[in-house]
Amino acid sequence: MAGAASKEIDSATLWGGGYTSPFSVSYGKLMMWFFLVSDGLTFGGLLSALGFAKFANVNDATSHWPTGEEVFTHLPGTHAHAPLIYVALMTFILIISSVTMVLAVEAGHRMDKKAVIKWMAWTVVGGLIFLGSQVWEWSTFIAGYDGDISTWADNGTLSHSPYGGQWVMGVDAHGHEVKQMVTYGPTLYANFFFFITGFHGFHVFTGVLFNFLVLRNVIRGVYHKRGHYEMVEKVGLYWHFVDLVWVFVFTFFYLV
Amino acid sequence: MSAAAAHDHGHHHKESFITKYIFSQDHKMIGKQFLVTAIIMAVVAVLLSVLFRIQLGWPGESNSALSFFLGDTWAPDGVLDRGMYLGLVTIHGTIMVFFVLTGGLSGTFSNLLIPLQLGARDMASGLLNMISYWLFFLSSVLMLYSLFVETGPAGGGWTIYPPLSIYEEATPSSGQGMTLWLLSMTIFVASSLLGSLNYIVTVLNLRTKGMKMTRMPLTIWAFFITAVIGVLSFPVLVSAVVLMLMDRTMGTSFYVNDAIQGGEILEQSGGSPILFEHLFWFLGHPEVYIVLLPALGLTSEIVSTNSRKPIFGYKAMILSILAIAFLSFIVWGHHMFITGMNPFLGGVFVFTTLLIAIPSAVKVFNYITTLWKGNIKYTPAMLFSVGLVSSFITGGITGIILADSALDIAVHDTYFVVAHFHVVMGLSAIFGMFAGVYHWFPKMYGKMMNSKLGMVHFWLTLISAYGVFFPMHFVGIGGAPRRYYDYSVYESFDTNQLEMFIDLNEIISIFAIVGALAQAIFIFNFFYSIRRGQKAVQNPWKGNTLEWTTPVEHIHGNWPGEIPTVHRWPYDYSKPGKEEDYCPQNVPLEEGEEEDH
Repeated sequence: MAGAASKEIDSATLWGGGYTSPFSVSYGKLMMWFFLVSDGLTFGGLLSALGFAKFANVNDATSHWPTGEEVFTHLPGTHAHAPLIYVALMTFILIISSVTMVLAVEAGHRMDKKAVIKWMAWTVVGGLIFLGSQVWEWSTFIAGYDGDISTWADNGTLSHSPYGGQWVMGVDAHGHEVKQMVTYGPTLYANFFFFITGFHGFHVFTGVLFNFLVLRNVIRGVYHKRGHYEMVEKVGLYWHFVDLVWVFVFTFFYLV
Repeated sequence: MSAAAAHDHGHHHKESFITKYIFSQDHKMIGKQFLVTAIIMAVVAVLLSVLFRIQLGWPGESNSALSFFLGDTWAPDGVLDRGMYLGLVTIHGTIMVFFVLTGGLSGTFSNLLIPLQLGARDMASGLLNMISYWLFFLSSVLMLYSLFVETGPAGGGWTIYPPLSIYEEATPSSGQGMTLWLLSMTIFVASSLLGSLNYIVTVLNLRTKGMKMTRMPLTIWAFFITAVIGVLSFPVLVSAVVLMLMDRTMGTSFYVNDAIQGGEILEQSGGSPILFEHLFWFLGHPEVYIVLLPALGLTSEIVSTNSRKPIFGYKAMILSILAIAFLSFIVWGHHMFITGMNPFLGGVFVFTTLLIAIPSAVKVFNYITTLWKGNIKYTPAMLFSVGLVSSFITGGITGIILADSALDIAVHDTYFVVAHFHVVMGLSAIFGMFAGVYHWFPKMYGKMMNSKLGMVHFWLTLISAYGVFFPMHFVGIGGAPRRYYDYSVYESFDTNQLEMFIDLNEIISIFAIVGALAQAIFIFNFFYSIRRGQKAVQNPWKGNTLEWTTPVEHIHGNWPGEIPTVHRWPYDYSKPGKEEDYCPQNVPLEEGEEEDH
């Protein structure tokens, strides 16, 4: 809509004042765009920090910087060695939730309340599945390589895992000897992993929350009465942004 | 629906005290709230600087002012505690840079002037604007509160370099005070972000009819670009600060490597303090221009109005603002020449840093050529604006020395650097802020400030400012590192050097105290004029911009009837063929009259 309108008005009019928006968008959407640029730079700062740390450590013989396929090998419910499969699934679900968001926005343009509700609901579901997957992934890593709670064992000898982490031999609750992970890769790797995916997860969480609140308003007919579904578009922008950032996090953490 | 449209019908609600003065959504009131908060913060910051200047001027001597303000805890027997010295320096810097010259300066004048000079009824979002102020207030309170915690305020310098700022046990001032500092700054950034988003969209979407981008006053251009810089640079500070919070509270080691403390090896390892410096200065350098550009914008307006001449090189001014904004993002490395940076990379940063001198010089020359042969009116605002141009030149010249890595290495982290940035960004920005207050006080409070007191304030401030910072260059070249509590305890300084430090420091401290006292004149003038000042007329300086077409009494929506339409650029001063020496923007072009610029 905005795109078509701006083609018809020449730029002198658009930029000429008189409360015409130079980009033919409302102030709220414009604000969202600038906020996203700003937030993008926050993630930019974090990912640059990751790159900085990686290049400082990657050639260090004593602390091997792990690659994604060495670390992310689990698939829930199986013992299969399936590098990157699970995270690929998570990413796929998140991207699909972006698609359902687009469909919700499109339905909003048609003032089709029912369709907006349907697609918004699917978007919320997609976001929740992603968050749940992240919870699983986090708890697995906190728990350690063989599924045991990792603690400092005072009486164990530290050994280096092939991935650069350290582990000790310990005894679990049933008296079995198990490996207990102390660190996964260099500490810094784990620090960055939990912080950046956590920071992104926090964004997903707020995104799901906003989507849910907007969905509630849609169901109540707030936007229908207002005559437009711009609010859906605004949370949509945020949601796409969160997905886009994940693509970068995915690339820099899991792929390279 | 925009706030502007909401006010179109001219509804006048009866407002309670709370909605009018406290939780106000009106941009004029929010601007005044920012100003008064900033003044209070500035008083605190100046007081802190006087306290540590007493120690530097008369090291180790007992002083009753110190024991009065700091008590037995921080100044036993009237001698300043070493940890508190660092705390005072840190909080002075933090408050001045962020709370006075970022929040205070942009918050006051962007809020006041953007809607008024653009012909908008209010900011795009009054609600976000209000939240922005109250977050600013909250972060100010937290920062002040950190002065009173048991272990003292943050003491790692305003740049909070790790590892000092990470290990709670490192010094007492790395304790709770440091955590509060980080929390306060995070909230401050949120406030600044909301403010900046509002300024940007208001400038883009809410200009009145005829207000093309190239007819905007240079003030607005400066505020607009400042807001853009803020939106792009502050988030990186958030990343830096949040990672530091993790290091402090969660045991991560983003910024710290193997360290031994009290004979024990600490658990954290693998990180790098240099990483923090990169993230910090990626904000830190643009921050300099966030502080400076609004002051330059205000000056452009004041110099032109009080010279009764159009600003020289309007488009060059805009382009130089844009160039400065762009360059400010690719020069941060010049703060880090001595971190072991690859000399080639250092060379690149030298080059980009020196490039900034070009747009800066364009601006300075344009101010001077605007003044040239002008019909100059010596108002306090004008004096402070010219003072800004002066300090901008002085500080700019030492900036060229510091931009060069070969020279910088010799004076890095000495008082030369302290003198440089105090002159070029501290003085310039605070002069711009004073100029703005004197010039727009009639618009804010409907009263005039006393101009005789303003003159006295200016001359005392100018003389004591140069009295403080000029000798400081020599202390720095002499080799005095910054943030030292007492130079006499180090054997590396010979007697001559030490005598020079002590003599000059005493002079500096005397000027600092005089300068601080001179600000009392301003404070008195400010609050006295609010109550008893001479009533202002609608357009006291005969200015061209739209804010002088609004009624003196503030009303919601700014203009009682229609919003004025803009027909010309804002600098039609002394235009040939006009009876008056000014011609406001809303006056239509006469037949056959051509628009300037």
